[in-house]
Amino acid sequence: MSTTTVATDQKWWSGGRSPFNVEYGKLMMWYFLMSDAFTFGAFLISYGTIRFSSNGWPDANHVFQSFPFLGSGLPLLFVSLMTFILIVSSVTMVLAVKAGHERRKADVVKYLFWTIIGGIAFLSCQAWEWTHLHHEGAWWGSNPFPNADGSLSTTTNFSNFFFTITGFHGFHVFSGVIINIIMLIMTLTGVFEKRGHYLMIEKAGLYWHFVDLVWVFVFTCFYLV
Amino acid sequence: MSNEEMLQAQTSTGQVVEVPHHDHHGEHHHHETFITKYVFSQDHKMIAKQFLVTGMIWAILGGLMSVLFRLQLAYPDATFPWLETLLGKWAKGGHLSAEAYYALVTTHGTVLVFFVLTAGLSGTFANFLIPLQIGARDMASPFLNMLSYWFFFTAGVVMLSSLFVETGPFSGGWTAYPPLSALGSASPGSKTGMDLWLISMALFVVSSLLGGLNYIATILNMRTKGMSMTRLPLTIWALFFTAILGVLSFPVLLSGFILLIFDRNFGTSFYLSDIYVNGVGALPNEGGSAILYQHLFWFLGHPEVYIIILPAMGIVSEVMSTNARKPIFGYMAMIGSLFAIAVLAFLVWAHHMFVSGLNPFLGSFFVLLTLLIAVPSAIKVFNWLTTLWRGNIRFTPGMLFSIGFVSMFISGGLTGIFLGNSALDIYLHDTYFIVAHFHIVMGVAGMFGMYAGIYHWFPKMFGRYLNNTLAYLHFWITFTGAYLIFWPMHYEGLAGMPRRYYDFSNWESFKMFGGVNIFISVVAMIVFAAQIMFLINFFYSVFKGKKVTSQNPWGSNTLEWTTPILPGHGNWVGEIPEVHRWAYDYGKDGKDFISQTTPVGAEESSH
Repeated sequence: MSTTTVATDQKWWSGGRSPFNVEYGKLMMWYFLMSDAFTFGAFLISYGTIRFSSNGWPDANHVFQSFPFLGSGLPLLFVSLMTFILIVSSVTMVLAVKAGHERRKADVVKYLFWTIIGGIAFLSCQAWEWTHLHHEGAWWGSNPFPNADGSLSTTTNFSNFFFTITGFHGFHVFSGVIINIIMLIMTLTGVFEKRGHYLMIEKAGLYWHFVDLVWVFVFTCFYLV
Repeated sequence: MSNEEMLQAQTSTGQVVEVPHHDHHGEHHHHETFITKYVFSQDHKMIAKQFLVTGMIWAILGGLMSVLFRLQLAYPDATFPWLETLLGKWAKGGHLSAEAYYALVTTHGTVLVFFVLTAGLSGTFANFLIPLQIGARDMASPFLNMLSYWFFFTAGVVMLSSLFVETGPFSGGWTAYPPLSALGSASPGSKTGMDLWLISMALFVVSSLLGGLNYIATILNMRTKGMSMTRLPLTIWALFFTAILGVLSFPVLLSGFILLIFDRNFGTSFYLSDIYVNGVGALPNEGGSAILYQHLFWFLGHPEVYIIILPAMGIVSEVMSTNARKPIFGYMAMIGSLFAIAVLAFLVWAHHMFVSGLNPFLGSFFVLLTLLIAVPSAIKVFNWLTTLWRGNIRFTPGMLFSIGFVSMFISGGLTGIFLGNSALDIYLHDTYFIVAHFHIVMGVAGMFGMYAGIYHWFPKMFGRYLNNTLAYLHFWITFTGAYLIFWPMHYEGLAGMPRRYYDFSNWESFKMFGGVNIFISVVAMIVFAAQIMFLINFFYSVFKGKKVTSQNPWGSNTLEWTTPILPGHGNWVGEIPEVHRWAYDYGKDGKDFISQTTPVGAEESSH
């Protein structure tokens, strides 16, 4: 059509095209992320409700103070490392998406690889932390940590929420890693080259950033507040 | 009057084009086996039919359950030997046991709310109508669409299997409140049956999510050229808001269920605190809150009733405008009120919890927000009535069910105003008044929307007509029956008769309702029989019904009637038509109807 760009700009919503100029998959991913945000939101609000209706709650600085090979007395150091790893993996994901836009296959492979490594590293850290806490006697239905004011905890809900919510987040990271591995294989086998675009990487990226963002909230709720 | 007579009674200036049925066209012609065509189909029309038929099977099962427990309520002292034949140990000596009664009530509620009125209604019509009415070849992702059905199917299989476990299906009410639902030791139904219930519901959430994402993406992204949002038929708007409600509220339910699963199986105390179970002793769980579950549940539970009613509203608007041969009154107001209902849906959940120990001060906000829903609801009702006003009404079965829907929506909506007031609700809560209210406004109205849709789009689905005589019988029996069943329940509720009781004959105060209970049960059985009659009509007509010979039997404006009588996968032969006007140009400028594909004339005023 030889109409001017001004005329077509006003027709975003009149049908025959995507009003947001995105393919359906990306739109679905955005709506899925909104949906998933409500899942996590429900978890964290439940956590807040129960925590503030309890008489006492353990002090995160005392619970999370160990670091592998360095012993204890290092509050929040290990979780800071975990958070750092996850955020860096988000950076490498951005680079992978950017490389995809510019159709630099080798760079897509490289950055996806580092994103996957970051994801696996985060999961490994989480596995270590869970094991460590489990050895201290914490698990679903048991909580060895005293309240911040020194009184004995009457409810096990600190552990219950910690394992359920970080576990649910860990499950998301795990599925993100699986998705990224699939993306890596598809990149290596040239599927995206054949398609002429790397939009799938972008969608996987959206998911990955979301999982990262959720961690920021989980981290704040369990370790900082 | 037959459909043909009815159509000829109209002064039809619109064109009725005879198009020979052929469903082959270039880009979509490929060999289909039985498996790819009928089982793992990726054609939205077939998936819609799968949802519909599965929903029907569940409606029969769920309806039959209500007949069984109504039998108990009507004749608490009688014995029916055939009941023992049917239910075995659950009806020893032909007398329904209390556990079986509660299991039937629970499963009836769960099945009807989720499997029939959610999956059966929006699963069917969202899948069928969205691509056809917006002008798309199929859903955005036919594959996810297929998965959506099969998750629903699996959820159904799991739910069905829970009926056959030794300890019976879950029996704690469809809301599954803990602690009863969390403690296997508290009731036989809370053992394996509850685990299966939770698994089934989790699968259902996945199904609903996959479906909802697809509906949203399809409506936003795949409208044909010229189909702007404000040219969409109201069915599509309603299904759009329904999908958004589902996508945003079901995940919260899922969170609630996950916490419940942990409480049941992994020794956590999310919902449990200070509990003593007879025969087990005091439980170690401390610090949880049963009210928390209620918040999580009703954050879905309330939008859920709009997930049920919005598609029905959309269908009714479309069917009503078509058969009144008049533009829908207040198209933009209809969209606006749908939007307002969708927003308010998220802000009223605690009105289900006025007697849970909720802070009364907080409750007053929920009263206000709940009563606000009356505004968009009233706008919709007035718009339907004004659409009918001085219309050239064709009383097709679909139209009758649409009018019946409005009647039900008014009757049930008015009692909603009673219940939305926390002061009144303290008295009416958990009485038959509630049962009457939600059955009329959500259950029957939702079913009426569904029937309106089935009668209206049956010719498009199967290329045949339903039998009209049976259809009219079906309508009048169901319509009068529904009022005869649920109207008396209001009086029972006002007299304080509680819901969920197994046997009222022990209570001096409710003995006077013995006769009414028998009456209600007998009518319920007659209405159930009428639904069987509908199903016979349905399946007979699928194979043997009178064939549709014109492309646009109702003289309708929307795009689905521009496809071949039996559209193949891909819907349109050749190009998808372009849209030039809104969907409601009926009786305009002396023309009976003007299809959306007709360009706006030079001298014509655009709507």
